[in-house]
Amino acid sequence: MTTPKIALKDSTTMLGRELKHTLRYPLLLVSTILVPVVMLLLFDYILGGTIGHGLGAAAHGAPYVDFLVPGILLMTVASGCGPTAINVNIDMTGGIIDRIRTMAVTRGALLAGHVGGSIVRALVATTVLTGVALLVGFRPKASVPDWLAVAGIVAAFSFALAWLSAALGLVASSVAGANGSTLPIQFLLPFLSSTFVPADSMPGGVRWFAAHQPFTPVVESLRALLTGTPVGSTAYVALAWCAATALAGYLWAELAFRRCTR
Amino acid sequence: MCRMNTVTENATRKAVSIRGLRKAYRGQVVLDGVDLDIGEGEVFGLLGPNGAGKTTVVRILSTLIPADAGAVSVLGHDLGTEAGAVRSLIGVTGQFSAVDNLLTGEENLFLIGCLQHLPPTERRARAARLLERFDLVEAARRRPTTYSGGMTRRLDIAMTLMGGPRLIFLDEPTTGLDPRSRHTMWQVIRELAAEGVTILLTTQYLEEADQLADRIAVLDRGRIVAEGTPEQLKRRIPGAHILLRFADAAALDAAARALPAGSRDDNQLVLRIPNEGGIRSLRDVLARLGDGVAVEDLSIHTPDLDDVFFALTGNPSEEQIQ
Repeated sequence: MTTPKIALKDSTTMLGRELKHTLRYPLLLVSTILVPVVMLLLFDYILGGTIGHGLGAAAHGAPYVDFLVPGILLMTVASGCGPTAINVNIDMTGGIIDRIRTMAVTRGALLAGHVGGSIVRALVATTVLTGVALLVGFRPKASVPDWLAVAGIVAAFSFALAWLSAALGLVASSVAGANGSTLPIQFLLPFLSSTFVPADSMPGGVRWFAAHQPFTPVVESLRALLTGTPVGSTAYVALAWCAATALAGYLWAELAFRRCTR
Repeated sequence: MCRMNTVTENATRKAVSIRGLRKAYRGQVVLDGVDLDIGEGEVFGLLGPNGAGKTTVVRILSTLIPADAGAVSVLGHDLGTEAGAVRSLIGVTGQFSAVDNLLTGEENLFLIGCLQHLPPTERRARAARLLERFDLVEAARRRPTTYSGGMTRRLDIAMTLMGGPRLIFLDEPTTGLDPRSRHTMWQVIRELAAEGVTILLTTQYLEEADQLADRIAVLDRGRIVAEGTPEQLKRRIPGAHILLRFADAAALDAAARALPAGSRDDNQLVLRIPNEGGIRSLRDVLARLGDGVAVEDLSIHTPDLDDVFFALTGNPSEEQIQ
């Protein structure tokens, strides 16, 4: 076998293991679905009336739920960071990573398995969330190519966050620490972006941050695709952010993988 | 004992050669110039107290961490430049079991088989053989969370053997096991040795090194303070003695008069008599005591590795035996 073939085979083996883990311990997947569902219901039914009124032109005349759901999908992807960091950390503290590192296994295969598993979970979770959103009155105006583009952005964003989470899982000394270190990605960044309300409505400094952080172009691309409004260059900005985050996360994770030790 | 000597003499090819190995963590010296040679087919025991640097030696040899200085070759491959080649020849069982708790015992073996790129039929055959050999057939379809400590350890070693390694590192393989599991593990290690696999075993149990190892190196504070066969090490301590315990000071006094060579301990009410002549000197001691002195308890002590160990590590400037 050639080196790329072996790399692919090793990565597939580790992905199979990760998917088996997800099925054997579904709680992690369920929690990444439950939290966004609660947020969806909370923001739509409890806060949505007031927020919807204040939204004005940003809603394009549609109900708040149509503005909200793309943001909830983004939160769903972000909430997958916890399980990824936890799973990577369990492999480290449980000695699996040390075992693999003493074997002639392609470097990176184990992390590739985790990242692949993370993307699969994100696609499953966002599909469930879309179903729940349709039940509570979400009315998307996306065409089939739009939906494919939405899936593509979800996968790209999940890929980027998964590498970052893998690195966070490797540098954390415990499972609790691994989960904790992803909380800013899961909760802080979504709120400080145009996930729930437009960035324009925020006070000065926060508005600047919201406009220049990766979550905003990603959520605005999803929103444009799902509401059938023009996407423009925002999608490119979003994909550029995904690529940059993925690269940074990958390099950090690779470095941590070589150094990590339980 | 016979096997041990032949192995040592025939071990001309080196499985491991270490020269001047050094390692420090944040300025704290862990390994301070270690030299070691392990012959192919040998069971080599690395003995030392906690914190002596045993695990660090294993972690360096198994490519997990780099050394600060020193030349190390493993099965003919330089550790620094040919780590990949080394990895394909070794098997490592760390101090703590590294099994996947969400996979069954059998699936754990399959996973390792996949990563070793074994063809599916070979993978299944090897897994079945190892499950049989390590008495895990009943538990094969269960997850390790339901296993006892001994079973988890056996699964761990079975995973290490999936790839058919020529050199195995066992880092404290019996730490935390109950006596029965420990003896099972000893049997496993003896069988591996009989198959000709080279084994580097670390342990803090002197009896374990004595039972299993062809040669032993004593590691203390990052340095090898003694090296040799268990017999050679024991010979360094002339500690054979007979210990007599008495009910009262009067009996001790009487015995001490009859046996002037003994050294007495008045607090413990014991008399310690050097015993170099085996049964003959024992008979002599009993004859000298006669019927007049009441002995509470009598025990015969031959030096064991404990004596060696404490003699060596208690006095770090002790010169190295060759």
